[in-house]
Amino acid sequence: MSLTERKPELEAPIFEKSGVGRVGYHPSAAADACEPRLDASLLRDDLDGFPELSEPEVLRHYTRLSSLNFSAVTNFYPLGSCTMKYNPIVNDRMASLPGFCGIHPYAPTETVQGALELIRDLEHWLAEISGLGAVSLQPAAGAQGELTGIKIIRRWHLAQGNARSKILIPESAHGTNPASAALSGYDAVVIPTDERGLMSADSVKALLDDEVAALMVTNPSTLGLFEVEIAEIAKAVHDAGALVYMDGANMNALMGKAKPGDMGADILQFNLHKTFSTPHGGGGPGAGPVAVRRDLEKYLPGPRIAEKASAAEKQGLLYWDADRPDSVGKVRSFYGNFGILVRAYTYMLACGGDGLTEITEKAVLAANYIRAGLVGRYHLPYDTASLHEVVFTDKVQNAHGIKTLDIAKRLLDYGFHAPTIYFPLVVAGAIMIEPTESESVETLDAFIDAMLRIADEAENDPQRLHDAPETTPLARLDETRAARHPVLTWKRASEDIDDERDSQSAQPEKGA
Amino acid sequence: MRYIPHSTSDVERMLETTGVASVADLFASIPESLRETAGLALPDGLGEQEVVARLEALARRNRVLGTFQGAGSYNHFVPSVVHQVLSRSELATAYTPYQPEVSQGTLQICFEFQTYISILMGLDVANASMYDGASALAEAVLMSLRIGRKRSRILISDGVHPEYAAVVETYLDGFGRGVIERIPLGPDGRTDLGKLEKMMDGDVACVCLGYPNFFGVIEDLAAASAIAAKHKAIAVSATSEMLALALLKSPGDCGVDIAVAEGQSLGLPMSYGGPGVGLFATKREHVRQMPGRLVGETVDDEGRRGYVLTLATREQHIRREKATSNICTNQGLAAVAATVFLGLAGRRGLRALAAVNANRAEEVASRLESEAGLRRVFSGPVFNEFVVDEPGGDWFADAVEHGVVPGVRLGEMFPDRPEMAGRLLVTVTECNTTDQIDTLVRSLAARRAA
Repeated sequence: MSLTERKPELEAPIFEKSGVGRVGYHPSAAADACEPRLDASLLRDDLDGFPELSEPEVLRHYTRLSSLNFSAVTNFYPLGSCTMKYNPIVNDRMASLPGFCGIHPYAPTETVQGALELIRDLEHWLAEISGLGAVSLQPAAGAQGELTGIKIIRRWHLAQGNARSKILIPESAHGTNPASAALSGYDAVVIPTDERGLMSADSVKALLDDEVAALMVTNPSTLGLFEVEIAEIAKAVHDAGALVYMDGANMNALMGKAKPGDMGADILQFNLHKTFSTPHGGGGPGAGPVAVRRDLEKYLPGPRIAEKASAAEKQGLLYWDADRPDSVGKVRSFYGNFGILVRAYTYMLACGGDGLTEITEKAVLAANYIRAGLVGRYHLPYDTASLHEVVFTDKVQNAHGIKTLDIAKRLLDYGFHAPTIYFPLVVAGAIMIEPTESESVETLDAFIDAMLRIADEAENDPQRLHDAPETTPLARLDETRAARHPVLTWKRASEDIDDERDSQSAQPEKGA
Repeated sequence: MRYIPHSTSDVERMLETTGVASVADLFASIPESLRETAGLALPDGLGEQEVVARLEALARRNRVLGTFQGAGSYNHFVPSVVHQVLSRSELATAYTPYQPEVSQGTLQICFEFQTYISILMGLDVANASMYDGASALAEAVLMSLRIGRKRSRILISDGVHPEYAAVVETYLDGFGRGVIERIPLGPDGRTDLGKLEKMMDGDVACVCLGYPNFFGVIEDLAAASAIAAKHKAIAVSATSEMLALALLKSPGDCGVDIAVAEGQSLGLPMSYGGPGVGLFATKREHVRQMPGRLVGETVDDEGRRGYVLTLATREQHIRREKATSNICTNQGLAAVAATVFLGLAGRRGLRALAAVNANRAEEVASRLESEAGLRRVFSGPVFNEFVVDEPGGDWFADAVEHGVVPGVRLGEMFPDRPEMAGRLLVTVTECNTTDQIDTLVRSLAARRAA
């Protein structure tokens, strides 16, 4: 294969750029050496391997690296289940106000009343959206919110006398659901998906017994479909003495339209980095607040915000109440990813109730617009009405030897990030598209056009799809090699940790 | 709504193409009994100017004070270049790098991050981040239970950050195996290794120490690790002030198997306790038991060097209930901050910064002793924080009135440990001005005079 010209150019790792004697940040202007007055036996020799670079060199390195990324600002990024919406710039500006980023978590509470008020109000707003009674903002991300929810389920059952042993989870669920259940000692029992792509009340009832602690359901599901039997299912679950946990990853489909509490959910986690516009940051940080039915509030992680009630003690003053004997305990240090909470608060303040409802409407409209544009050319596994995302497959293209991966890679050439692929697992060759409310109709048209052209190419020029992407900084990467002979740090010779150790792997992998 | 591009005419056109009569009809799949009709009881939306005014007013109700509080969240200076790189939308608004051809920026930064953390920890591999130091310790404990398949005792030093220990307890609830026992401290503020030795047997899965510990004291980590190793238990260190490891013997050199930390000190503001970044490093032989994402080097089809997510068969999206952890979203952008910070400070700046912290803490400690008569409670060596006995009275509130938070009151932190009553944990960083130090010493000295 010829070496294609690709842009932007790659950037060597920072460790290969180091000079000698340079420094980009130093506590003294003269960059004088400073020796610690600590016993030498406690000290390390040197930071061998650390680079020595000036400030402009470091800035250029990371600015150039950033240009190798697609992002939600630079490209349409229709990753299903990830809600890659616009992240308003004002959110970041507000989170960096000194009054928010310059305060210590153990600062006397009377000096941080603004932060406590923000936390209290955000809890109330999320409770309103969920239709549930109380919220904790402590979990750092959706999966930690799930874990918190499962711990609450366990505590509640223990209070009834028996922790029980199983949690029912639909086939289409995120992998974090069964992983979170397993971490708390529960067996994940799979609920099959029916021909509509839905969970039927009958299939849930067939699995219910007195060992089922909870149902863990994502609604709308990862197929973008509303679980139409949810109320009947929730009732059956409650009748069996179990609880309903709802994964709120897809709240962007529901705001102002339906409340999980009304559907029978007892516990729900939000993903502020999805629905509430905090940036994904290339993997995080996020925030995974947990909402619960009022009577489950006592189990939420502590401490909780409370208000001094008596005039003698500064009435109205907010403080952290750590006296929470029934709490599941802390799931992370301090009070959560506060900087992310400020961003979500700013977003909700800007949108208001009507704005959030409109966001849901436009997100669902956009998904259905894409669905209408692609149906017929791409196989739609379920005919059921879509909400905020739509799942197609590669079944039509398979006839030409083209797989979902080829379609995804070719989309990169057209300047679009790929949809989520091969998920949910219940659909073979899934192509899961979530456009969000943020994209103009022109962008949606351009995306549909690219997908249709790729469908043409699959028929007429399949090799082009196998060779894709052509225009990105790199061609397809060898993931098998990365896993067989892991090189996980720079300049560490042989990181061979393969199960089948072989002599070849003792050789350094560097220098490609 | 200014965040949404669709005009009325756009909506009409889109509905027409979609073949749906109205926006309301898009929600027809939601059973009518579940449909929300009242609208959300939230405040009305605001224009940007009003939003900014509201947030600024809230922020003003927080007093930004000179602080001698640390205890897991540290007031270090953040260089402007860190802010600038974080503001690059290409990094801030990308997702987890599942399409490596268009995610080399994020991936290579993760790879550089893993390299730095591996060097600082003195261990072979580090992952691409955890939520925070506390949950990283919880994951380390769970990992030790996977490695020591039949073992169940979890020994945690009393010097481990109390919030970290609390999170370990939460994570273990329901896990099925793992009983926490605490190892007491000796009079020097270090873990009592004699007692540790007596507690050890073949059922101990791991031994966890703070390094430096919660009271600022630098543990004899090598000796503790050796005791753990004798019984084939996993030695774990938990660091909440990561800057210390620029100077101290690395956990790996001290023989630990898993080193975890909170990396907030490396280029992130305190931000009322988050986001920071959890760090997790271990030995090569344990990599397949690790939680969290890993980035590895490989080549593309045309032979160029590039980076991809790797060893994903440990993770929840592949292994589901058999995964090593449930973690998915991590602290990506916070890890970018740490990577840029470490690149800027580099080999020389980082050590100098750490030395400045250690030396200033020592100066403040001696001034508190000579001018305020307050002696350090623990005799063990410290990095940038130390414990003194508080004088009595309202001196704490007085100091706050003068714009300085003197430290963390350990009596409030440990209501169940009577020996902690009346003790103060004082932290000194490069951000504490001479004025703040004078105010601290004065307010304590005045109380003594009174």
